[in-house]
Amino acid sequence: MNGANMEADARTTDLNTPTQRARGSTADADIHIEVRNLNAFYGSIQALKNINLEVPRRQITVIMGPSGCGKSTLLKTFNRFLELTDGARITGEVLLDGQDIYGSQVDETEVRKRVGLLAQRPSALPMSIYENVAYGMHIHRLKRNRREYKDSVRHYLEIAGLWEEVHKRLHDPATSLSIGQQQRLCLARGLAVEPEIILGDEPTSALDPISSQNIERRLLDLKKDYTTVIVTHTLRQAKRLADFVVYMYLGEVIESGPAGEVFNQPKHERTRAYLEGQF
Amino acid sequence: MITKRWSRRRITEAFVKGMMFISLALVAASLGVILWTVIIRGLPALTWDMVTQTPKGGYYMGKAGGVLNAIIGSLYLAGGGTAMALLFSLPIALYLETYLGDSTWGRYVRLSLDVLWGIPSIVYGAFGFTLMLAIGLRASLLAGIIVLSLLELPIMVRAMDEVIRRMPVDLEQAALALGSTKLEVALRVVTRQMLPGIVTAILLAFGRGIGDAASVLFTAGYTDRIPTSLLRPTASLPLAVFFQLATPYPEVQRRGYASALILTIIVLIVSLGSRWMSSRLNKYTVK
Repeated sequence: MNGANMEADARTTDLNTPTQRARGSTADADIHIEVRNLNAFYGSIQALKNINLEVPRRQITVIMGPSGCGKSTLLKTFNRFLELTDGARITGEVLLDGQDIYGSQVDETEVRKRVGLLAQRPSALPMSIYENVAYGMHIHRLKRNRREYKDSVRHYLEIAGLWEEVHKRLHDPATSLSIGQQQRLCLARGLAVEPEIILGDEPTSALDPISSQNIERRLLDLKKDYTTVIVTHTLRQAKRLADFVVYMYLGEVIESGPAGEVFNQPKHERTRAYLEGQF
Repeated sequence: MITKRWSRRRITEAFVKGMMFISLALVAASLGVILWTVIIRGLPALTWDMVTQTPKGGYYMGKAGGVLNAIIGSLYLAGGGTAMALLFSLPIALYLETYLGDSTWGRYVRLSLDVLWGIPSIVYGAFGFTLMLAIGLRASLLAGIIVLSLLELPIMVRAMDEVIRRMPVDLEQAALALGSTKLEVALRVVTRQMLPGIVTAILLAFGRGIGDAASVLFTAGYTDRIPTSLLRPTASLPLAVFFQLATPYPEVQRRGYASALILTIIVLIVSLGSRWMSSRLNKYTVK
């Protein structure tokens, strides 16, 4: 797996900037996640209809669309979370660096380690602030000794912009933090298992404006190292964050492409209507 | 100006509130009367000898000595029974939640446990007795512990199950999103979140175990001695109360009330201790 990663890194250096890339043609780009003929069902209801999509590496891809269009469902197929819902099933493929994460040999815990999730509402684990960050490293045995754990906890809290606020009370319950701080804690906790991809399911919708801004800033900082896919229902947030945009409607991808193109010259009537606020 | 009026809605509310208060008062009063009876009749006979001596004066309902044999016996029985029940309950409760959930099997297991919960303890005693005959075990501490653990198991599992089911789904998902296996979620997150509730479940079962007379009647037997071996019979407080109150001698009956008072105090200490422990463990739980 390491070999594949290094190869991928080598390709990234030659990558064009997103604005230079032609809309819809991602053939020359470095594709991190590729979705092929993906369908998803809840019981007899089809939530995703024949999705084909390419998510570029180390960019922020924003999935937007009206409520119930399947954007969260699509996101959940990227870390094998959809199967936690009773009666949900999928057909088709989701390729992570070319490997189908729904293959029979694939360990879903390994997928979830590589693909982190920032949920809508932060849920701190019932432990101290320190243990929340150390938890994932513990279960995956990423570190060898206490010293390494301590250093890593500090490192990831710093990345999440939380260290200054919590370093004097690392052993307080994580629930003693404010919601905004808890979301940054969740970010630190997610990054600590060393994922390649960060998924965000409306990660700021439960937060106040200042905290939202803080999370957005982190995500922009992090995109140099991580492929990021965010679901949002706020158009303004999409415009602030997106390098690449996917517009969904009723379980289908209507349009996808570099942010500048989709926002300025949408090709589809529905996208234009959405952007103009007709929903 | 808005004035209060005795509208139909307000009368209904006042009535229902009154009924609720009466129910509460009845329960509180019954508890008060029970405690009052035990204290008034038992306190005069509650001497230091009662808790430090084994029965003296010929036989176990004797007028002298104490019930130390029954105190120690009860603690051994309930402690052992609770420990043994816990050994099985926690895995069952976690399995129920983690792997069975609300499936048909899950519902079937829960129904069985509820039925077991409702079975009178004398039936457990009789069942234990036949079991003992089958394996050639005589009335002993071990047999008492086994039967008490059977009696406590459904209480403990269902109490834990109710606690675990209140586990926030988000929390489980958060742990799964980090790449935890279900077992890791169960052991590192669910157990942690539910620890205060689990402690309560354990003590609920302990309380039931230490107060039960019928199930240990056939299985643990009774003796004047402090138990020294798992295979010897042992005394217990509920049976001490039972035997002492059943005598025609007023002095011995008073000692029965004193024994009941000791049992009540033990249960009180255990409850308060569990409250204290739960509140300490509550520190990290997610509300």
